[in-house]
Amino acid sequence: MSDLEAAVAAGVLGADEAHRSLLQATVEVARAIFGAKAASVFLLDDAADELVFEAVAGEGAGELIGKRFPASTGVAGWVLTTRQPLVIDDLTSDTRFSREAAESTGYVPKSMMAVPLLVEERALGVLSVLDRPTESRLKLAEVDLLGLFANQAAIALDLLQRARHARQALEGEGRLSALARVASRLEGEDEDAALEFIRALDRVLARRS
Amino acid sequence: MVASALVTHESEDEELPAWSLPADAVERISVPVTLPAEVTQEWAWGGSTGAGARVCILDSGIELNHPLVGHVERSVAVLRAEDGELRVEEDGEGDVCGHGTACAGIVRALAPDCELTSVRVLGAGYTGGGEILLHGLAWAIEQGFQVVNMSLSTTRTKYVERLHELADRAYFRRAVLVASAHNMPVESFPWRFASVISVGSHEMAEPLTFFYNPSPPVEFFGRGLDLDVAWLGGGTLRCTGNSFATPHIAAICALILAKHPELTPFQLKSVLYQTAANPRGGA
Repeated sequence: MSDLEAAVAAGVLGADEAHRSLLQATVEVARAIFGAKAASVFLLDDAADELVFEAVAGEGAGELIGKRFPASTGVAGWVLTTRQPLVIDDLTSDTRFSREAAESTGYVPKSMMAVPLLVEERALGVLSVLDRPTESRLKLAEVDLLGLFANQAAIALDLLQRARHARQALEGEGRLSALARVASRLEGEDEDAALEFIRALDRVLARRS
Repeated sequence: MVASALVTHESEDEELPAWSLPADAVERISVPVTLPAEVTQEWAWGGSTGAGARVCILDSGIELNHPLVGHVERSVAVLRAEDGELRVEEDGEGDVCGHGTACAGIVRALAPDCELTSVRVLGAGYTGGGEILLHGLAWAIEQGFQVVNMSLSTTRTKYVERLHELADRAYFRRAVLVASAHNMPVESFPWRFASVISVGSHEMAEPLTFFYNPSPPVEFFGRGLDLDVAWLGGGTLRCTGNSFATPHIAAICALILAKHPELTPFQLKSVLYQTAANPRGGA
C-alpha cells in the first residue's frame, strides 16, 4: 500500500471504526453511570425523516443497530425537534409508545431519559437512557449530567458522520473517487512523481490566493 | 382605555408614536393599575381561576376530550401547502407526541377557567421546522393571546433575528411568551431573549411555588420534577423537565392576568418577582 493510499485509508476507513467505538463507549458509560438497563444513540436521517439506532449498550445491543422509526412524532421526535430533554417514568401507560416500541425493537421500557444531540446549531440525533433504577428518586442534577453526556455523544456522532461522508465521497462514483483510485494505483517512483505533481499544484494555488 | 404604547393626539383623531412626552400629555398616559406597596400572592392571583385569560400552547397539539385538559377553544396547525406557503388551518390531528397535552393539563390544573388554544408546530416532517415555529408564533401574537407557552427552542441561528423581532413584538403587544430554558451547553432561543419569561426547574412539589433567579438568562424556576401530567389516551405519565416547569409559570401568568388584565409584560414580570418564594424569604 502506498503512503498516499494508507493516509487516505487511515484518515477515513480507520476513522469510521474509531468514531464508532467512541460512540459505543459513550453509551456504555451513560448506561453505567445511571445504572440503566440500556442506553442508545439515534442518528437523524434527514432525507427519510427517520431516526436510526447508531449505538446501543445493554438491552438490545447487537440487534437494534440500523433499525429505524419516525423522527418527528413520539417522544424521541419531540426531543429532537424542540431541543429539550425529557424524562418519563411510567412509559408503559403510553399505549401508543409501548406498541410502537414493541413493534420496532421488541423491548418496551418503563422509563426513559431522552436528550437531543446538538453540535453547534444542528440536531444530529437523540441519546436515550432506558430503565434506570426506580427506587432512587430522580434529581435534576441527573438531567444536567445527561445533558453533559449528550454533548460528548454529539461530538462522537458528528465525527462519525463526517468520516462517513468522506468515505462516500472517496468510494465508487463519489465526488473524490478519482483521488482514491489514484492513491491505490501509485507505487514506488510513481508515488514520488505524483506527490511532486501535487506539490506543484499546491504552489500554483498558493500563488493565486 | 388601558395604557397604550401610543398616545392619542388631541387635535386629530389618530395615534402618534410616543417618542416624547409633552407636559400636557402626562395625564393621557396614566397607568390604570397601581401596584400596592407590598405585592402579595393574594393581591396577585388570590381568588383567580384564570377566567378570561387566553392561553396558547405552541407544541405538539392537544388531545381532544382529555379529562385533565377539558375544553379546548380551538386547535390549529401550521401546515405547508402544496405551493410551499405556510398556512394556519384547523387541526384534527390531536397530539402527535403527548407533550402538548401535558402542558395544557398543567395550565388547566392551576388556572381551571382560562381559555386554551392549541397551535401545533410539530409533527411528521417537522424536524427542520424553524419556519413553522416562527409562523405559529407570529399567528399566536396576531390572535392576541395573553400568554403563549413555548416549551421548545431552536438552535438555528438563521431564525434568531426573526424570532427576536417576534419576541419584541409580543412584548409590546402584551402577549407574554413563557419559554423553556435549556440545561445543555448550547446556544438556543427564544428563552435567552430578555423580552420573554424564561423558565428552568426546581425540585419542590408545590405547583404554585416558584423562584426568581437573580443570575439570568434563566429568570424563574417552576415545578419541573416528578410530575403526573396528562398524556395520550386520556391517561397520565410521570415526567421531569424544564418543558413542564414552563406551563406552571404560564399558568401563574394566566391567573395574574385574569385578575389584572391591564398589566403589561414588564409589570407582570415585576409581579412575578415580588410573588416568587425567594424574595419573600424562602419557600
